Amino acid sequence: MTDTASKPGQTEVWITGIGLATSLGEGLDANWAALQEKRINVDEKGFAPYIMHPLMPVTFDTQIPKKGDQRQMEAWQRIGTYAAGLALDSAGIKGNKDILSKIDMVVAAGGGERDLNVDTGVLTAEAKGANAPGFLNERLMSDLRPTLFLAQLSNLLAGNIAIVHGLGGTSRTFMGEEVAGADAARIALARIGSGESDIALIGGSHNGERKDLMVLYEFGDFNLKDKFAPVWARKDHAGFALGSAGAFLVLESRAHAEARGAKPFAKLSSVVADLARRKQPGDMAATLEKLWAKLPKREGKGAIITGATGAEPATSEERGFLKGHADFPVRSTGTMFGHTMETQFPLGIALAALSISRGALFPPNDSTGTEIEMQGAPTQIVVVGAGHWRGEGMALVEAVS
Amino acid sequence: MTAPRDKFGRPVVVVTGMGIMTSLGAGKADNWAKLVAGESGIRTITRFPVDGLKTTMAGTVDFVSVDPFSSTGLSERMAEIVTQEALEQAGIGAKADFPGPLFLAVAPVEVEWPQRRELGRAVGSPDFTYDDLLRISGGGKYSAYHHRFMFGSVAAYLAETFGTKGSPISLSTACASGATSIQLGVEAIRRGETDAALCVATDGTVNPEALVRFSLLSALSTQNDPPQAASRPFSKNRDGFVMAEGAGALVLESYEAATARGAKILGVIAGCGELTDSFHRTRSSPDGKPIIGCMNKTLADAGMTPDQIDHINAHGTATPENDKMEFNTTSAVFGELAQKIPVTSNKSMVGHTISAAGAVEAIFSLLTLEHQRIPPTINYETPDPTILFDVVGNKARDARVTAVMSNSFGFGGQNASLILTREPA
Repeated sequence: MTDTASKPGQTEVWITGIGLATSLGEGLDANWAALQEKRINVDEKGFAPYIMHPLMPVTFDTQIPKKGDQRQMEAWQRIGTYAAGLALDSAGIKGNKDILSKIDMVVAAGGGERDLNVDTGVLTAEAKGANAPGFLNERLMSDLRPTLFLAQLSNLLAGNIAIVHGLGGTSRTFMGEEVAGADAARIALARIGSGESDIALIGGSHNGERKDLMVLYEFGDFNLKDKFAPVWARKDHAGFALGSAGAFLVLESRAHAEARGAKPFAKLSSVVADLARRKQPGDMAATLEKLWAKLPKREGKGAIITGATGAEPATSEERGFLKGHADFPVRSTGTMFGHTMETQFPLGIALAALSISRGALFPPNDSTGTEIEMQGAPTQIVVVGAGHWRGEGMALVEAVS
Repeated sequence: MTAPRDKFGRPVVVVTGMGIMTSLGAGKADNWAKLVAGESGIRTITRFPVDGLKTTMAGTVDFVSVDPFSSTGLSERMAEIVTQEALEQAGIGAKADFPGPLFLAVAPVEVEWPQRRELGRAVGSPDFTYDDLLRISGGGKYSAYHHRFMFGSVAAYLAETFGTKGSPISLSTACASGATSIQLGVEAIRRGETDAALCVATDGTVNPEALVRFSLLSALSTQNDPPQAASRPFSKNRDGFVMAEGAGALVLESYEAATARGAKILGVIAGCGELTDSFHRTRSSPDGKPIIGCMNKTLADAGMTPDQIDHINAHGTATPENDKMEFNTTSAVFGELAQKIPVTSNKSMVGHTISAAGAVEAIFSLLTLEHQRIPPTINYETPDPTILFDVVGNKARDARVTAVMSNSFGFGGQNASLILTREPA
């Protein structure tokens, strides 16, 4: 039993801040506008034959004023620190020392980019015969930038957010690809729900413009190649296109938010997660069904926002699950933003909260019929995140009544 | 009879199973015997060539075989062995059916040099670019490497092997990771989400690049000869930490659930605390306030006062900055008691097991409570005159120990402390 669901009498948890820096743009309005216009920012050439969704350039100075701080980070940390700042701004707590000194942070992170020149230099020298026992040691000692390590460490995304924005509460970093994003939300919600915490910053960031990551996913033939297609139209051309994005949320107990006059985008009612064994066809769909059943009852006008990757067999399994809930209009963040790994689930929660607060689900962008139009304002959105390899998560985001 | 709830009305969290592995050996019995005998597990590295490195020793675990070798593979194998030991002692659940979640502290994962070199050789020409490596990575030949180098791979393997429930969490809070894994388990039990939790921490990352990375940050001792004397916590001539490998596993249960099934209680996790330092990526705030706050939060969480702590299992890395900072902050919290409470650093013998350290040292703290004997801080020949701790130097000391504070501080401003007791307060 490791689920987090509102129980009678338990604290209601609001989403009071959202920070987005994605391939579609920076901030809520730019992302919302691109979604309305079905505008996708995809690069089919820069990493050909691999496809990716590059970050829409931002002026990092506005959230990370010290150049020295920016230099200490690699792109994934800069994107995340930037998006975290936007979330704090959105919640109206940027620079509020009283609140920032106690805010609890749960970050979902992978690792940082490698120095490809160093790696290639070592390997080509070895291919040309460099085989002294200490060759690798000496090259690494002389070629690696001393601070690169800090730009690679998973928990240094949280570390940089703390330094740049002055956060002094607690800090935990979860790893483990897609489901790490769901677990970050799950643990933060549980802690606020039980009164262990009043306010938390959660989220993640990902730089998809990385060939070292493409190598890792190419090992499993997971990269989308040659031509972009919406997630649901990749069945015979499976794979995900990595995306760059930072997505952060401020979660807060209703009482804490009301005391400071903060307005909610929506409430986060429940987050559940599991690890399907995925040994047999149907294992993953069965786990999604089990998670669906654990969410609080859905009686309002519902929709689903999924982070389905486009990788197989996971995406086909998920499509089977979705068919069983065809009364819920579906939207895929993978189509619009690419696959941002640890960040995809927080991004899904962010878009669910944004859709509820703006009184409309964003339009479908799909030729296969999996995504259908939705009339009227959604009041309950289920966020689904099934990993390309392992891990399943689900959240219920609801309108505040 | 002890109440099943603490003074704040939360379920009391007890330990019913422990498993440990360090460079000293496998298992509690072997580790404890060597620890109180003052043996060092630090030795010259033989796993890979050390030519050209400033630091040539570490606390490696060389007695566990992994094929094909990778640091992540070693981390996984060590975690599996210590979990097995902890579960056997706890006697909880059924085979492959642990009745609670898994919280795993694990080093960040990435493709490693042996695999990268294999790719380099597979290109088949002496001149190539990174794009060439990328192009030959697909087709299924290396699919096992995808699975191996997923960040969640170790947790997924342990969850499937031991049948833990729900989504296993892989976490990193740098050198505080082991303590954080325990804290997550304690919180889940206190919230009433589960009666039991499996908290595991593992680190098998003594490899050339990891050593170089810490070396370039000037964090490592370079006193290579003799390697056993390299790790010198609280000594005037300390010059850095010694990288090491190891793993620890703890079965946590609510006191109520443990007693209901007649389990032997090995100790209590009475308090946990953490506090972020936003001063610098690798250095503590000069005023020590975040560490002081961390220790105070932990005391408050346990509902205890400084005079109730009768032993401190220090972070004690033997870097010049850490040990000094640890004394200053401990003094701020404990006042004059900081010079009277016996303090020790297990890292003098097993080195710094990084992601595993918080759990490894929590287990050593619980063994200290069990045996009423404090393991020594070895290599304590020239005390630093500015660090006025009562260091248990060189020889183990018998002592009445009822409550231990165990501290962990890490890069990225991570501070975490635990208070462990023999009996529920």
